[in-house]
Order: sequence, then structure tokens, then C-alpha cells
Amino acid sequence: MKFKVNGEDYRTERKTIAGLLEELNIIPERVAVEVNLKVMKRADFKDYRLNEGDSVEIVYFVGGGQY
Amino acid sequence: MEDTLIIRGIEFKSRLWVGTGKYKDFEETAKAIEASGADVVTVAVRRVNIIDRKSENLLDYIDPKKYKILPNTAGCYTVEDALRYSRLAREAGVSDMIKLEVIGDEKTLFPDTIGLLKATEILAEEGFIVFPYTNDDPIMAKRLEDAGAAAVMPLGAPIGSGLGIRNPYNIKIILEQAKVPILVDAGVGTASDATIAMELGCDAVLINTAIAGAKDPIVMAEAMKHAVIAGRLAYLAGRIQKKLYASASSPIEGML
Repeated sequence: MKFKVNGEDYRTERKTIAGLLEELNIIPERVAVEVNLKVMKRADFKDYRLNEGDSVEIVYFVGGGQY
Repeated sequence: MEDTLIIRGIEFKSRLWVGTGKYKDFEETAKAIEASGADVVTVAVRRVNIIDRKSENLLDYIDPKKYKILPNTAGCYTVEDALRYSRLAREAGVSDMIKLEVIGDEKTLFPDTIGLLKATEILAEEGFIVFPYTNDDPIMAKRLEDAGAAAVMPLGAPIGSGLGIRNPYNIKIILEQAKVPILVDAGVGTASDATIAMELGCDAVLINTAIAGAKDPIVMAEAMKHAVIAGRLAYLAGRIQKKLYASASSPIEGML
């Protein structure tokens, strides 16, 4: 299956958000995930099925103050 | 003296809030925050780099159990972006607090207050605890309060400028009118600036660059901690009136 992750083309056999995060070595508790501009609930990571052509964004907290 | 800052039922142990940007590394960030005594730390929301995965994470150094994590919408120039980042931040984090920035101009980083007001309204409606970063404009501060802001954060001077509180009279008017807490966000350059903000009666100060950009950020963090406490105490104590002429503080009686 092919879709976009953070703007990059990505290929995977994983079918859920939880699977994708595991493959990327990302701790789910540390990130937020958006699929096609919709913010996903963490509780849905395990069940939400990703589709071909989806646009996935994975964000986390970085250092920042103002601007 | 019992003097706790409470916003929407959340107790804040310190009136100094700090940012986590511009530090050399996570270790320095952690040490400076520790020295500042702050319990609110602001963070930004950004894409995880999926190609070059760094193993270290800011939250490995700043324990969300120990500090209140306040995500910001830094870098957002439109209402849509600010809303998107806010909703992502809420999902990534542990609270409904958001430091809302809708930036209007790249050079000054002044807020786009029209967009800010719109975004504040929408997010407050969605149950966010909104802290909008705004100009030192008393009318806009009031409008943001009416729109549901939990507190209002006027700038002292442009972000990262270190110019201090450029318009203390406006801050004073904002404070007189406000029913929500007022926090100076941006502009503080050194300890005395933070003290001035607190002496005016601000409820707290948010500082990033003045600490992170100092030659010794950890020592400056400690200086800011004392500056904020000093300013707050002076405000509570009530300063003397300024007078043109001298007024002796030793008795005349008993002089030779």
C-alpha cells in the first residue's frame, strides 16, 4: 500500500495507524496523527484502517516558545 | 503569603512560564527550566522526521508529570492552520491548554489580531483553554476575553527583540479592564523587564529568548525566577507614590 507520511511517499504492508507507528518506531503516546486533515483519536490508532493514497501527518512536541 | 495563580481551576506554582526553543541541546533546556522554577513550559508542534529518526525526544527531558506542557501554534499565519495545530496539540498532549498564535507578519511577528480573535472564538467553543498572544492593545485584549480566552497574553515588545515592556501604560490599562489573568508574552530582555511586568500587576510572564539566548542560560533562568518573584511581591506590597521632592526617612527630632 502506498500513501503519504509527512509529505513523503511511503510504502508499507501495515494497515493501521498503530501498525505504521510501530514500523516507524514511534511511541503512540508521544504523537498526534492526522489522516486526510482529520485528527485521529489515540484510542482509534489500533482500529483505523489506512487506505491507498491517504495523506498521513505525524506530529510531536519540539522545543519552542514564541513563534 | 498565599498567592497562587489559578486559571480555569488549574493551579500554577510559578508566575514565570518558559519556552523551550533556541537552546543548545535538551540537557541545557532541562537545566534552565529547572533553574527557572517554572511549572509551565511551552512547546511547538512539528512533523516527526520519519526519514532521519532521532531517538531523543524533548519530553524525555521535560517530564509532563512534573511540568504543565503548553503547546503553541507558533508559525501559523492563518486561522485554519492555528486551528489545525491546536487540535493536533490537544491530541498529542495531555490538556486542553493552547497558546494561540496567529502571526500577521514575518518581519515583526506581530499577531494578526483579526484572525486571532476568530480562532479564539472557535477554540473556546471547542473546549480549549485558550491563551492568545496579542498586541498590547486594550481593546483587543477585551475582545479576546469576551471571545472566551482563559487569559490574555499581550506582548511587551516583538518576539525575541529583548526590548522590554515598551508600552507599560497600555499594559496597565489592559490590566485595569481585564477580568481574566494577563500574562506578558514576548519582549522581555533581562531580569528588570520581567520585574516591571510583574510590578504593573501582570499575573505571569512568559520568557524564552531572554533565557535561552543569554550567555549563561541557566544563570539567567535563575535571575528571571527571582525577578518575577520580586516584581510580584512589590506589586502586592504596593509601591510608594513618586514625588518631585525629597522626604526624609530619618527623624528630625533628637538631632544635635
